Amino acid sequence: MIVRVLGEGQFRVGDDTAAKLTALDKDLDAAVRDDQGDTFSAALHAAVALVKAAGTPLPADEIVTADYILPFADATVDEVRKLLADGTIPGDSVGLP
Amino acid sequence: MSVMKRVSLIFRAKADKALDRMEDPRETLDYSYKQQVEMLTRVRRGVADVATSRKRVELQMNSLQKEITKRDTQARDALSKGREDLARAALQNKAQLQAQYADLETQFASLQEQEEKLTLASQRLDSKVQAFRTRKETIKATYTAAEAQTRINEAFSGISEEMGDVGLAIQRAEDKTAQMQARAGAIDELLASGALEDHVGGGTDSIQAELDKIGASSDVDSELARMKGELSAGAPKQIEGNGAAVTDSEAAKAEQAGDGA
Repeated sequence: MIVRVLGEGQFRVGDDTAAKLTALDKDLDAAVRDDQGDTFSAALHAAVALVKAAGTPLPADEIVTADYILPFADATVDEVRKLLADGTIPGDSVGLP
Repeated sequence: MSVMKRVSLIFRAKADKALDRMEDPRETLDYSYKQQVEMLTRVRRGVADVATSRKRVELQMNSLQKEITKRDTQARDALSKGREDLARAALQNKAQLQAQYADLETQFASLQEQEEKLTLASQRLDSKVQAFRTRKETIKATYTAAEAQTRINEAFSGISEEMGDVGLAIQRAEDKTAQMQARAGAIDELLASGALEDHVGGGTDSIQAELDKIGASSDVDSELARMKGELSAGAPKQIEGNGAAVTDSEAAKAEQAGDGA
């Protein structure tokens, strides 16, 4: 499975790691839903650290889409709520008008 | 639903929407490539901006450090002159400056980290853009229209995700440097106008003025004492004018020494 960490690139992770990530992802989801900043940051840091420690970075010249994308390691719950709500990504159009 | 999945769907939806809008996929490859090169320029400029911000914070840290040393010297100076009140004011001021310094230190570390990450992001995008260029030429040359469509979609979605990531990273960096520049600008102004000293409450200018006054009055006292000594010895003929008085008194001392011998 390929996971992108925003600002850090893509990583290939094994099944064990994927299972652990799924558990952390549930915490992230609950924290976003309940607007729990501290819980969110803790789960996000743990998830990013796990991906970086257990995953293998993809070669920079490999062009593939990720299965999952983790927000920036220092993203706040507000920032992610906003991203999920309006889906605004600068440069998202890949240059298309 | 999973946060990680939702974020990835947002990125994919953007790419899909862009693909839907294209009429000739092959032309899109060239157009997209051009935009990628522009994004590359943007991210490199972003790295340079963050570096500029970091250097500015570093310069401010140096200036603050000098101010802190100055307060320390003033406190010692005041104590040696028996003015504990002035020493206390100088030290209070020093503590406030140190707090500001610590804040700058945090900013500096954060900018440094951002600069490193953005540099790496720029290198990753660079590699991907080069790979995309190769792939786009292969797709145009090798594949039939139907095959090409699939390959274009893959390449496009992949590069789109990277572009979205880098775009977000640049925006965050811009937001952060803008915030820091506003704060740095305020500190620069304060340092330049000398208002920092008053602003942080101690009124260090007044501390220095007071210390200078003590210094001046003790100079006057010692000169008065010397003149009294000279007068009682009956030596000097002229006492007005500092330079003259010193010269005369030295001459007098020399005379006295000569007399004594």
